[in-house]
Amino acid sequence: MQTAVTRRAVLARLAALGPLSFVGMATAQSAAATRAIPSSGEALPLVGLGTWITFNVGDDGVARDACAEVMRAFFAAGGRMIDSSPMYGSSQAVVGHGLVRTGSAGRVFAADKVWTSSGARGPAQIETSRSLWNLPRFDLLQVHNLLAWPEHLPTLLAMKAAGRLRYVGITTSEGRRHREIEQIMASRPIDFVQVSYNLLDREVEQRILPLAQERRIAVIVNRPFRQGDLLQDLQRHRLPAWATEIDCDGWAQFALKFIVSHPAVTCAIPATTSVAHVRQNMGAARGRMPDAAMRRRMAAHVAAL
Amino acid sequence: MSEWWTYRPSDFLMFSERTYRRLFELLNADLWPGQLVAIAAALLLFALLRRGSLGLGRLVFANVAAAWLCTAWAFFWQRYAGINWAAPGFAAAFALEGSLLLALAITGRAAGLRAAGEARAMAGRGLLLAAIVYPVLGLVLGRPTSQAEVIGLAPDPTAIGTLGILLVCRWDESSLPGGARLGAVALLWAIPVAWCLVTGLTLWTLHAPEAIIAPALALLALWAARLSPTSSSLPPPHAADR
Repeated sequence: MQTAVTRRAVLARLAALGPLSFVGMATAQSAAATRAIPSSGEALPLVGLGTWITFNVGDDGVARDACAEVMRAFFAAGGRMIDSSPMYGSSQAVVGHGLVRTGSAGRVFAADKVWTSSGARGPAQIETSRSLWNLPRFDLLQVHNLLAWPEHLPTLLAMKAAGRLRYVGITTSEGRRHREIEQIMASRPIDFVQVSYNLLDREVEQRILPLAQERRIAVIVNRPFRQGDLLQDLQRHRLPAWATEIDCDGWAQFALKFIVSHPAVTCAIPATTSVAHVRQNMGAARGRMPDAAMRRRMAAHVAAL
Repeated sequence: MSEWWTYRPSDFLMFSERTYRRLFELLNADLWPGQLVAIAAALLLFALLRRGSLGLGRLVFANVAAAWLCTAWAFFWQRYAGINWAAPGFAAAFALEGSLLLALAITGRAAGLRAAGEARAMAGRGLLLAAIVYPVLGLVLGRPTSQAEVIGLAPDPTAIGTLGILLVCRWDESSLPGGARLGAVALLWAIPVAWCLVTGLTLWTLHAPEAIIAPALALLALWAARLSPTSSSLPPPHAADR
């Protein structure tokens, strides 16, 4: 136990080094960079895979297989965390199909959510979600958009205490209910918080990200590209020449490196239906990362476009 | 949801345009050659409406009822429900419209048809024609024929065509109590108009260029309906309507 605590402390210290640690990683190895989950020390690749919209393809066999190929490329590039929700239509079933098709059930860090206004219906919904994923258990379950969180959070914490779940979290998006998020982060023993954060939407830098560091809570970042709109806007402009200083091959990596180089961020979860794009996204977890000064330069550059 | 004002239509969009288009591709593959039957039936309707015969109300309503019930089942329930939580509700609304139309066709407590020369009837036939040629829109926008949205199977042309038919109809004032008649007629109009607005919003969030078409045609239908009252001054429908 003492050894585990020591390793956790070392990993936490490394994580606290923030951007500096990435440069060393980039020169030492070509694997995707990781960051430790503060509550356990477990390393997670900095870039995960979201499923909102992109994996909601219904029972279209061709589209399901295409999603499985995205997952195959994701895992091949070193990815682990896939995030979904019962709110995302058929996405959970499509992820389950992909896990079976690619034989990746042992590789995935399975992050899902509970999303129902009834606390009593939470366990049944979680069980349905688990069966759709074709997994024995989830790694992380989050209360989606804080819906009925006073009822669901005790359920999730009890599952964790019983060994049926590894991590517990809460989510929001697009800046909603941040005050309530902060209150839960400050008062409840959660492992993860999921928020929106990108080059333009930076409100979480003020309070939530510092609080996550203080409370040793891992941070998942959703909508890193503003659901594609940010990249669509950026594509109209040339990537600045100085982007090569942080090994960016395009705007997607520029946007992702900005996010995952924040020392409080554990993992960003861009969503895509393209194998080429998932490889590009995973590339953001490699190479040199921006330091604090470079991050300010990146944000200022994009804000001025 | 105390922060409801922070939500935009795009926040409720659960699927991509590519996935939405694939619904029609898969639907068309499943139902082929049903598209030919549906278009032939719609062309027959168009011809009947053009004649303006008072004895054809039941046939018209039976035909349109079949279109709504088919769309409710084959598109909304079988396909759309897989990617949209709201689809079962849409299926119920389409089934309700189809059931109302079917009830009117079976009981004969429906309507006659307006004279071909009436402005309102001409607008109605124009809308039906627009619904029949709706698949051409997809071709113009560069989409494959396999994704064509065909009246009677796909909701947008079905709703547009139905608004056209409702414009041509002349209700039998004597067949139903006033309140019931007005309620049924209002519902017959409300569901296709509401769908035109819903699909316009959906297509707009998908950045589809044709997003304006269905809402614009619905507004056109509502405007045309004001050209003459729902119950025309023509004599009640002939006994052959029953």
